[in-house]
Amino acid sequence: MTKTSDRYLPLIGVAGLILFWYVGYWVKIVDPVLLPPPHAAAMALWKGMAGGNLYSDFLVTVYRTLAAISIAAVIAIPLGILLGANERLYRSVEFVIDFFRSTPASAMFPLFLVIFGVGDRTKIFVAAFGAMLVILFNVAYGVMNARKTRILAAKIMGASNWRIMKDVVLMESLPQTFVGLRNGISLALVIVVVAEMFIGSVNGIGNRVFTAQQMFEMPDMYAAIFAAGALGYGMNIVFLMIEKSYVHWSGK
Amino acid sequence: MTMTAPLDVVSAPVCLGPGPDGSPSAHITVRGLHKQFNGTVIYENFDLDIPRGKFVSVFGPNGCGKSTLINLISGLIPIDSGQVRFDGKTLAQTKIGYVFQNYREALFPWMTAFENIVYALLLRKVARPEAEERVHKLVTHLGVKIDLKLYPYMMSGGQQQLVSIMRALIIEPEVLFLDEPFSALDYEMTLFMREQLQRIFEETGTTMVLVSHDLEEAVYLADYVLLLTRRPGRIAAYPLVDIPRPRNDATLADKDFVLLKASCLEIFQREVRRG
Repeated sequence: MTKTSDRYLPLIGVAGLILFWYVGYWVKIVDPVLLPPPHAAAMALWKGMAGGNLYSDFLVTVYRTLAAISIAAVIAIPLGILLGANERLYRSVEFVIDFFRSTPASAMFPLFLVIFGVGDRTKIFVAAFGAMLVILFNVAYGVMNARKTRILAAKIMGASNWRIMKDVVLMESLPQTFVGLRNGISLALVIVVVAEMFIGSVNGIGNRVFTAQQMFEMPDMYAAIFAAGALGYGMNIVFLMIEKSYVHWSGK
Repeated sequence: MTMTAPLDVVSAPVCLGPGPDGSPSAHITVRGLHKQFNGTVIYENFDLDIPRGKFVSVFGPNGCGKSTLINLISGLIPIDSGQVRFDGKTLAQTKIGYVFQNYREALFPWMTAFENIVYALLLRKVARPEAEERVHKLVTHLGVKIDLKLYPYMMSGGQQQLVSIMRALIIEPEVLFLDEPFSALDYEMTLFMREQLQRIFEETGTTMVLVSHDLEEAVYLADYVLLLTRRPGRIAAYPLVDIPRPRNDATLADKDFVLLKASCLEIFQREVRRG
């Protein structure tokens, strides 16, 4: 049985981290210029998010990540279903998908820069490329691993191949599709933030972290790091909630 | 009908006709059935009659192809050659129902229990209002006391299997196949489900073919017990279970029941040893 007080257990870790940080600051474990006190970082976060520059950078990163995952989903989900439904077709492209899925997307930056220039599009497309392969792989596996018994059950009830595909296989693949989307959005965020740091970027959280570090505005840098963390964590939570209400049967 | 002396069953010649003892009129006829898996012959020139409106239990040694037999008849597995007819019709012209052993993987977890049953009718091009009406009727008819608004994964195993059975029955199939439907349930639930199935059989009069690995269950539910030999499968015996319905706990201690079960067991063990 969980006690009500157990709900607050995660706060202990947070308090511990802040305490550890203060101790590190007081005993000057590192140069105070590099490690400002937590309240300075918190102030910078508050100021930045309440109408400051950090907030607009935050929104730019959210936009790029969502744009990337949308493009990735629109391409990867239908393609994944097609590949999953034709196992021989999937086997014939599996190596290529696996290879590029394993290739660090950051290695593709220069190529995408050459093709799409230095604008927003490049960052979005690189992130979409990385997320797409993750989603594709998961959707295809979801379709291929649809339970044989359920397909047989539909078949014996007189379902046509099209109905079996639409009503059974597609539904069967949904939990795995959501796994792909969740992994995809995490990856897209990583790629977007890295892209914002390095390829001729003027905004976004990645750019803010990088600029603050260059200017030795350490509280701002920590604030931007925490904003990026909150974004990643928040998107994961939102996706988990959508997943829970939409594929309520997952894992049961 | 007179009770077949159980010991006669044992001494009966192995070379039997396709029909059960007493030759009732056939509903399903299987002729010259051939099936092999990777070079292993499962059925070779196999003939079988399943009588109309009766309950047939299929029982035999492990790996003799009990489930394979009903999967071949119901078209889940393609036959190599031979002929299966339902009242002279082909499978495609016949409405059949099938209840899987693994209810967890047979029901659709994204639909409520009610929608699972309705779906079977929607596939048969029944309009939704009529489909829902028919499900309500079936529920009332069978006296089922389950909250069908629940999703399958919220239900007990027995309830899920009952939903599976209703999903198979809702289209009013000519034949209902059941592949070890209760073997994943605990004993208490198995006993309960036997009663439910017996009642459903009496209520609907549908021809039923049950595969069971439990001899007591096979005999208890059946009008005829189809005992199979080891591979390649042949009919070892096909005795009548001449015990009045409804059967109940007292049946299990009934002299005729015990004798028939004993003789079936004897045939079974003879077939096991033969391997």
